[in-house]
Amino acid sequence: MNAPNVSGMLMLILPEVVLSVGAMITLLLGVSGADAGRSHRAAMAALATAVVGVVLAIGMLTGAPLAPGTTFIANDGFRWTLTALLCAGTGAAVVLTEAYDRRAGVARAETPALLLLAATGMTLLTAARDLMVVFLGIELMSLATYVLVAMHRTSARAAEAAVKYFLLGAFSTAFLLYGIALVYGATGSMQLEGIGSAVASGAKLPGLLMAGVALMLVGLAFKVAAAPFHLWTPDVYDGAPTAVTGFMAASVKAAAFAIFLRITAEAFAPLLADWHPVLWVLAAATMVIGNVLALGQQQIKRVLAYSSIAHAGYLLVAVVSFSAEGATALVFYLVAYTLATMGAFAVLVALSDGTDRPLVRQDLAGLRERHPWLALAFAVCVLSMLGFPLAGGVGFFAKWQVLQAALQASVPQQTLAIVLVLSSVVSGGYYLGLIAPAFMQSPVPAARPIPAPPTGVRAIAIACAVVVLVLGVLPSSLTRLAQRSAPSAFAGGPTVATTIQP
Amino acid sequence: MSDLSRYFFYLFSLLTIGSALAFVTRKGPVPAALWLVNTMFALSGLYVLLDAPFVGAVQVLVYAGAIMVVFVFVVMLLNLGRAGDRPDLRGIGGQLTAGVVGAALLALLLAARRGDAVLPALVPSSTSTSNVVEPVAQLLFTDYLLAFELTSIVLLTALVGAVVLAKRRTAA
Amino acid sequence: MLLMQDVASLFPTGDPQGPLADGPFVVAAIIKILVFFVAYLVTVALMTLAERKISAWIQDRRGPNRTGPFGLLQPVADGIKNFIKESTKPGEAEGLLFRIAPALAFMPAMVTWAVIPFAAPLPTPWGLVDMSIANLPVGFLFMLAISSIGVYGLVLAGWASNNKYALLGGLRSSAQMVSYEIAMGMSTIPVLLLAGNVSLSAIIQQQQAQGWNVLLLTISWILFVIAGFAETNRLPFDLPEAESELVAGYHTEYSGMAYAMFPLAEYANMITVSALATTLFLGGWDVPFTSWDNTGPWTVLKTLVTFAAFAAKLGVALFSFVWIRWTLPRFRYDQLMALGWKVMLPLALAYIVIIAAFTLALEAAGLRNSIAFSAALFALNVVLLFICSRVLDRGRLISPASPRARLAEVERLRERSAVARRYGGNPSRQREVDTTPAGVA
Repeated sequence: MNAPNVSGMLMLILPEVVLSVGAMITLLLGVSGADAGRSHRAAMAALATAVVGVVLAIGMLTGAPLAPGTTFIANDGFRWTLTALLCAGTGAAVVLTEAYDRRAGVARAETPALLLLAATGMTLLTAARDLMVVFLGIELMSLATYVLVAMHRTSARAAEAAVKYFLLGAFSTAFLLYGIALVYGATGSMQLEGIGSAVASGAKLPGLLMAGVALMLVGLAFKVAAAPFHLWTPDVYDGAPTAVTGFMAASVKAAAFAIFLRITAEAFAPLLADWHPVLWVLAAATMVIGNVLALGQQQIKRVLAYSSIAHAGYLLVAVVSFSAEGATALVFYLVAYTLATMGAFAVLVALSDGTDRPLVRQDLAGLRERHPWLALAFAVCVLSMLGFPLAGGVGFFAKWQVLQAALQASVPQQTLAIVLVLSSVVSGGYYLGLIAPAFMQSPVPAARPIPAPPTGVRAIAIACAVVVLVLGVLPSSLTRLAQRSAPSAFAGGPTVATTIQP
Repeated sequence: MSDLSRYFFYLFSLLTIGSALAFVTRKGPVPAALWLVNTMFALSGLYVLLDAPFVGAVQVLVYAGAIMVVFVFVVMLLNLGRAGDRPDLRGIGGQLTAGVVGAALLALLLAARRGDAVLPALVPSSTSTSNVVEPVAQLLFTDYLLAFELTSIVLLTALVGAVVLAKRRTAA
Repeated sequence: MLLMQDVASLFPTGDPQGPLADGPFVVAAIIKILVFFVAYLVTVALMTLAERKISAWIQDRRGPNRTGPFGLLQPVADGIKNFIKESTKPGEAEGLLFRIAPALAFMPAMVTWAVIPFAAPLPTPWGLVDMSIANLPVGFLFMLAISSIGVYGLVLAGWASNNKYALLGGLRSSAQMVSYEIAMGMSTIPVLLLAGNVSLSAIIQQQQAQGWNVLLLTISWILFVIAGFAETNRLPFDLPEAESELVAGYHTEYSGMAYAMFPLAEYANMITVSALATTLFLGGWDVPFTSWDNTGPWTVLKTLVTFAAFAAKLGVALFSFVWIRWTLPRFRYDQLMALGWKVMLPLALAYIVIIAAFTLALEAAGLRNSIAFSAALFALNVVLLFICSRVLDRGRLISPASPRARLAEVERLRERSAVARRYGGNPSRQREVDTTPAGVA
């Protein structure tokens, strides 16, 4: 019981400190100063905080070689790359929610503050190496997101979505927590490292350990919305305020995958043979279900919700590959996916009329004539999600990386790769169905005039599209970054994957 | 474990399990909540038997004394408490599912014990001390300082969320 | 013969100053429980009489004086009356809960006493007997935990009665108790900071060494007393049973002995809170101005004297309870909530921070466990009290003793009472004589 190395610890959790302090400043700005513009000042403070977070993470990434982390907090490329990504996503979400709330007439300072608090939890999840910290991070992220979904209190659909999300989220947290308890009972450790070594040295209570691992996987699968634990996703994504949906689809999912990968890599690696088939089935089912069900949807947000389920499936393929290549592919894919999702949702925010009427495909009709740049950005982002070569920019390479990882894994996953390719082809049906009205149909007169989209929203949409395209031309820079960003557990080259039964 | 503790262990275990069963089978929210309170009490007895009187006392203080009181308060405020008012939401299907899940978890725990004649001593044997708070405080403010501080942020989030969602709407 | 030997071997005599063996420990515990049980019930009964006597004194009446010498048998008469009355139950009430609610209201108060040390240890031929029923290492937390479930009795009584007044009373009591429990818990944290332990005997030892906490932690004490009043539902915090608004609040539907359990529970709670205030802030069984009673070797005389000291302190606390009830009017509901959440809780939190920082500073200066430590804490409290009452409050909560009425009005009232006194305090005679029409002045 020695005195903690406080300054060393503070360096490791600097982004969380910055984000949570920023959240508190944002909250204070929301209750001080002139009434008019309070929410705007708060949003600006939150944006600044997120930018500081990005700069900080990039600074750590490019600065001096990383010192080894502690048993609570990791200090590797994976942590800092994803922290930068999540902070950037949060910054975009701050701008989008502010514009969206303002249009709906419910802008308030708590929204950016809650976004920052959620970001605190999310960045923590990229680094957590202790199940206690994992749990607190997930709770922090989830609690803030539940509230964000319910933020539009006059909207019955948002309330329904929030209740569904809260109840199912609490349910999945219970699974996770019970799993954590059983794993602790079986291994006597809360730390991923300790669990890993206890498991490797032969668990004393294999049944208990298996049960714990299974329950934890169920809890995590809920959070990443993998089939068959995806049922909440369409309703929640549909009912939540559009900007918050974007945040959930992009950043919350990325954070959940970050901790998913770290837990499987650091704690459960010796059990690979046991959980591998389970995740294999999950990945295949998620890809197929997400893509097939998306075909029949009319509302844009529901289409994107099912699309996000499908993407969870692609990302699970990267996890299932279980190698340094898989981790690289995961990071690469998360960057591409975040950019595309944020860009697409920025366009949807620009098109919303301030009511909670669900957007349908008809609302996109004639977008090319009304907002040509937004139409282009939307097309690029959606094509990127599809993984279309060239026009889809970096999205194509993201899928390519995942396929490579699956095929080059120590036990090649040809079947999964085939499922991935086939379901991607299916996804073309609904992605092109989103783009077609924007370019092929003439605008229908809107029931309510839609005000010109704010500059911030337009900037995000176009910036995302541009970055997608640029990275599509120069994917190697992102590949190099992603290769530096595999979790430290994979640093020692290919691991125990040899134990998989083909 | 001396003989006396063994008897107390069975007493509190039976109380815990019995109360928990009553908790899930009662129809009215208020009786169910009270059985849950009873479960918490019996659990705290088990904690005391494990040489963790601090956890035992806090268990009663937090769960029975604070959380359940607020729960009962809300049930009463919304006047939901009477069993006869509305049909039981848990249909026969729900009850069966719950039973199956419960049985599965029980089977799982039993299976987990299979093959292990004696549970390994994972719980560190505690030394008896006159100051039961100090060891907890030591751990909390050194090794688990990060988790402790994080908890405060989680609570802040919950607080902000509750206030935002429940506050009477004023002119924005 | 063998049996006798077996029994005897269970009770080995030993060092009077040493710990007890298992056998004597169990027997001592049983005896303590029985004695306490009887003494407690008698005290509660006498408390009902004391309240009526003191209130009569405050209101210039005589109080009960017909049953027995000085009315001492009045509680017995009340008890008989309550027992022979029919205990009714409304048709729509929830049967079981309606019946056990009065018991639930009474029990926590009694259970809390299990951990309160009421005298110095008693030496016996079998060893030293602790003068508390159970000397728990978590005594303080036990007390908080049990007092936090005291609310169930009132809430369930209100809910099970199926009566709107009772329900409102139950709602109010749960809101009030939850709110003030937090302030109460927070107000006692500084005590734990000084004692460095949560066992009540350690807290008493700390006060023997450093001085009573009422001087060292005055603001904590004030907060604790206010929260204690709220926890016992006594005036000025008796909103759950506010008879002018809610008929009788949570016990509207009760009658007979079941009804009587609620007032009895209130007195039981009063005694318990007084005992806690005594233990936490007034030095427990410590006899002031001497260290004779603080250390061993323990004697029977020490036990008796310390018990007397404890009883005296308890009596003073109980008297203040009654005194305040007959002095202050009831709070309004919003005032009650505002006081709890907006005044007491922030004050308690700020006080914790101040005391922690101050103790740390004093320790850094090497002043732990010295007279200077106590003196510095006392001085800090004087300063803080001044700041609280004069700078932060400015007469909003703590009203001055000076009259608020106009001076002329006061003069008129004084004159009237002087007239009344001249005629022997009999208002009817006064009315005959006093020809001044009211309101002329």
